[in-house]
Formats: sequence, C-alpha cells, structure tokens
Amino acid sequence: MSIEVLNLSRKFGNFTALQDVNLQVNAGELLALLGPSGSGKTTLLRVIAGLETVDNGQVLFHGEDATDQHVRERQVGFVFQHYALFRNMTIFENVAFGLRVRPKEFRPSDKEIQSRVIKLLQLVQLDWLAHRYPHQLSGGQRQRIALARALAVEPRVLLLDEPFGALDAKVRKELRSWLRRLHDEMHITSIFVTHDQEEALEVADRVVVMNEGKIEQIGTPDEVYEHPASPFVYEFLGNVNSFHGRLYHGRLWIDDLEIKTHRHLANDEETAAIAYIRPHEIEVLKADDDETGIAAKVSQVTALGPIVRLEVTRSNDREKTPVRVEISKEQFRELQLVKNDAVFIKPKRINLFSPSKEKIHISDFVI
Amino acid sequence: MMVTSTFPVLPQTSIQRATQEPNWVRWLLIALAFAFLTLFLFIPLISVFYEAFKKGADVYLAAITDPDALSAIKLTLTVAAIAVPLNLVFGVAAAWAIAKFEFRGKNLLITLIDLPFSVSPVVSGLIYVLVFGLQGWFGSWLAEHDMKIIFAVPGIVLATVFVTVPFIARELIPLMQAQGTEEEEAAVVLGASGWQTFYKVTLPNIKWGLLYGAILCNARAMGEFGAVSVVSGHIRGSTNTMPLHVEILYNEYNFAAAFAVASLLALLALITLVLKTLIEIHNKKNLKERGEK
Repeated sequence: MSIEVLNLSRKFGNFTALQDVNLQVNAGELLALLGPSGSGKTTLLRVIAGLETVDNGQVLFHGEDATDQHVRERQVGFVFQHYALFRNMTIFENVAFGLRVRPKEFRPSDKEIQSRVIKLLQLVQLDWLAHRYPHQLSGGQRQRIALARALAVEPRVLLLDEPFGALDAKVRKELRSWLRRLHDEMHITSIFVTHDQEEALEVADRVVVMNEGKIEQIGTPDEVYEHPASPFVYEFLGNVNSFHGRLYHGRLWIDDLEIKTHRHLANDEETAAIAYIRPHEIEVLKADDDETGIAAKVSQVTALGPIVRLEVTRSNDREKTPVRVEISKEQFRELQLVKNDAVFIKPKRINLFSPSKEKIHISDFVI
Repeated sequence: MMVTSTFPVLPQTSIQRATQEPNWVRWLLIALAFAFLTLFLFIPLISVFYEAFKKGADVYLAAITDPDALSAIKLTLTVAAIAVPLNLVFGVAAAWAIAKFEFRGKNLLITLIDLPFSVSPVVSGLIYVLVFGLQGWFGSWLAEHDMKIIFAVPGIVLATVFVTVPFIARELIPLMQAQGTEEEEAAVVLGASGWQTFYKVTLPNIKWGLLYGAILCNARAMGEFGAVSVVSGHIRGSTNTMPLHVEILYNEYNFAAAFAVASLLALLALITLVLKTLIEIHNKKNLKERGEK
C-alpha cells in the first residue's frame, strides 16, 4: 500500500518537530527515515501511525485520507525502539494479542489463532520461546517478537521506530540483514527510523534524510551518498573533509590554493563556497611528476582492517587543519608511509556548495 | 617469561568497601534504632494487649461483644468498605491521567491529591461541618429535604474518603510514570479498545502497587480519628466508629474495655503490616526475575 504525506506540520510548544513535510512512499518499498535526534523523523513515523496528531497537513493511505482515522483503524504494524512487549504475558500471548482483542465477529477461532501465532514465531525463528516471558529474552529476541506481534494483525504498513537502536553492534548487523530478507519475502510497505547512516544505506530501498523538521533529500542509498543535495547531507552521511573558500571567475580559492574548475560558472561575483571531498576520493602520491598534487605531510596513521586512515596537513596551511584520507592496505604498503612523511595529495572529485545552496559538481579541474 | 602477581590474595573478610563504616559505628546506629523503636513502638503495643487482658479473657470478650462495640465495629467496616473502593477508582483514574497524559494544571492536581496529607484531620472534618452542617452552606436545604450528613453515617464516609484520597494515587503515580506509555500504545496500534487496553495491559502491570495502596488506604480508613470525630457526633450505637468508641470507653475510666477494642485496631495494624511486607517481598522477587533494579 502506498503512503502519501502532504504539507505536514507539527509543533510541540515552541519546538517545531515537522515543518511542511511532503513524502511519497511507494507500495512495497522499504524506506528509511534518517536524521540526527530532534530532526523530526520519529514524529513523522508516529504521525503516519496515528499515534501523534498534526497541526496541519494530511496523511493518505492508498490515496485515501487517513489523517483523522484512529490508530486502531489504520491497520499499521508498529515496532517500538524499546520493544514495548506486554510484560505480564507470555511470548505466545504477546503475539496473539492483536487477534484476541478483535470484536467477536472478526476474531479468529482459538485454533486458528494458535496456528497463526506459531507460524509467525517460526518466521522469526523463535517458536521455542512461546511460553517464556519477555524479561527472559535477550534484546535481539525481544525485538524479533515485537516484529512478529506487529505482523500478526496483517498490517497494511509496517512502521519501525529505531528498531535496532537498543541492541549491541553485532546483533544489530545480524538483525538488519534479517529484516531486509524478511522484507524481500513479504513485500509489505515498510518505514523505519534510524540515526545510523550505515543502517539506512545498507537496508533501505530509499533513504529520506531529515534535519530540523524538514526533508533534506530523498533518494536511493547510492544517490544520497554519492550526490548529496545539501551541505547537511554531505556532513551527515559518511566522513567528509570540508574546505571553506572563495569562488571567483570559475576558480576556487582555498587559502592560497587555487583550483581551476574549467567550468563556466554563471556567477562572476566573488562568493564564499564550501568544498567537500570524501576521504576515499583523495589520492596519495610520494612524488608529484606532473605537478598537479598538493604538498602535504602525514600527521597520523591508523591502520585498522582493510582500510588505512591517514591524517595529513597541507604544507601551505598555517592552521594545520588535518585532512582525512582513506586508502587501501595495498596502497599503504606500496607507499610505505610513516608519520611525518612528505606526500602529495590529489582530490579525484570535489563538490562545491555556494551559500545559495546551489550545488556545483566538479570532477574536471586543475590545481 | 613468567608473570606473577605481586598482590597477595587477601581473605574475603578483610576486604572493606570504601563506603562501609567501622563495626562499632554500625552497631551503635542499629542499637539506637532498636532502642527508639522499643521505647516508642514495642512497649506501647505490648501494653495495649497487656491492659486488654489484664482483667481476664471474660472481660475482654464482654467488651468486644457489647452491642455498642459491635455497632462500632460494623460501622468501621462499612465505612472502609465504601471508602476503599471509591478511592480505588479515583486513585487509578487520577494516576492514569497524571502518568499517561500531558495537560494543563497537572501540577495543581498532584498538589490537590496531597492536600489531605498536609491538612490536619480535624480541619478536614470541620470543612464538612461548615459545608453540610446545620449552620453550613447546604445545611438548611438538607434539613428541608430531610437529609442528614453531619452527625450521621454519610458524613463519616465523606470525611474518611477525604482523608484517605492520597494513598492509592500516590502509590500508583510513580509506578505508572516509570512504566511509560509504550505498552498502551502498542496495544492500541494492535487494535485494542480503551477498556481492553486497561484491563489487559495496564491493570496487570499495576496490580501489586494497587493492592499495596489499597491496604494502606484501608488501614487509615479504619483507624481515622480526628476528621471522623468532628463529623460523627459520638452517638453511641449509631455513629461511633472503633477509634471513637475506644475514646469514649477510656474517658469513662473503663480501661479494660477500651484497651480490648483498641487491641482489635492494633491487630488490624499488625495484619496490614504483614500483608504489606508480603507484597513487598513479592515485588522484590518480581524485579529480581526481570533483572531490573
């Protein structure tokens, strides 16, 4: 089922949680709402569920207005961050709850409830825990039960609020790939909230990046990572080096470093600009044969796992701002770098944002 | 290369925690507490039973089977039977509203619930006399319609309800606040109605706290003296509760009978304490099982 959110606004006292948010969720997709805390992502999810009221705007389910529909009638499955399992009920009764509270004429028979609950528990691979109580389960198990409970009522939409937020790193990774597989089998329209960019990029079909109650960008994980639409998205997704400079006649000046962009920039006036370069989009050389590199010095080396993280400082930079660089272990071995080595760095790609937030993508430039 | 620990292994008993006081300080504090309790609690309690049985079991039995005494016992039980359920309903409703919803005037409501604790019971009684008494606001209207509240059972019930309002609400508010609203939200999302959410999710989660509050409320309802004394009128065999009956007997120098009835109240207190302790033990076990602190 598709979901549409139109011009949604919500204030809590003086705090604006959502500001004129528009969003289209396609049927059957797995969507991530990604943003820092206080960005309004959980509020948006709760509005869609019907757990939160709105000041303005509409929520459409399958093209029909559901804004004033009660939570009870929306047929959504909701998974809470802290599981919210009923502590006084067994796992079996937790999952059966949604079926048992139905009005008599819609309630399945005891036998049917029994078989459906067992089936769901098998789906989440925890049927052997049916007669335990929530407090006897681990965090990961509880979260899977919470999911089974939400699925028991055959929801039209599945909403997950930071589903893996309270779990340790290893269980988190297991559960998120498990969620992805489950979604591929069931094709139920799902939205999950997360502040973990890795989680969003790895699991979701599309990612919605939110900040201060507004949507910054919507796109596939690849789109938002490779082509961030705003400085915020750039800094929120992955590591990035930022350089404050001036843009003038198609040339970018960072301190006394000049970068010719070869591109005609409409703006002929001198303007401030921020240049973003991802750490893995910087090449490191020992010798600068064609004189296109920037002289620098290695100030720190962290060799952990397949990727080696370097911090270098440009020789002409008086403030010695560290520039982060990531290279592969193989490259690192070839270069045989140690601290205080003199090197040359060459950015492969630069993204420029001028204050008007106009994005300029530069891949063709000369230093 | 061998690495050997240079720290000698100390016997368990010689390890002292940083926050632990020396032995003599601990024993002094414990002894002080016991001395205080003995002087102010145990001795009076024992003396109640001692005085009650001083003239023999026959006198004791006669005192508590006296028609006036029986009527006082009956009235006390009736008042408690009305006040406790009323406060159960009110306490749950108030705690529910305070713990699960945000609204204007919430702090005012909490303060109002605490009011009976901060006001002297005599004042609580006087309030009702001023409102419903013959010279009070509704006095003439009530007299015209032949309704009696002051110096009658309804007044005693009102005063008792007023005095015992905080017990259940106070017990439940922190409990429900700690439990949050997530389970209720989960229930509603799954399609449960408000009533289903209450009796399937909320009520089981608060039942022990509720019982605890009810026991304390009951103890106070039966033992209340000040407020009830003002509104009762002390009509023997009609508007005398147990505590009032004890006072009358005492003032008549009928010590044995006074202490006999008093011993019943003391017994009630002891039973309440035992029940309270049992519930506390149960709660602690529950928490331990859930791995919570």
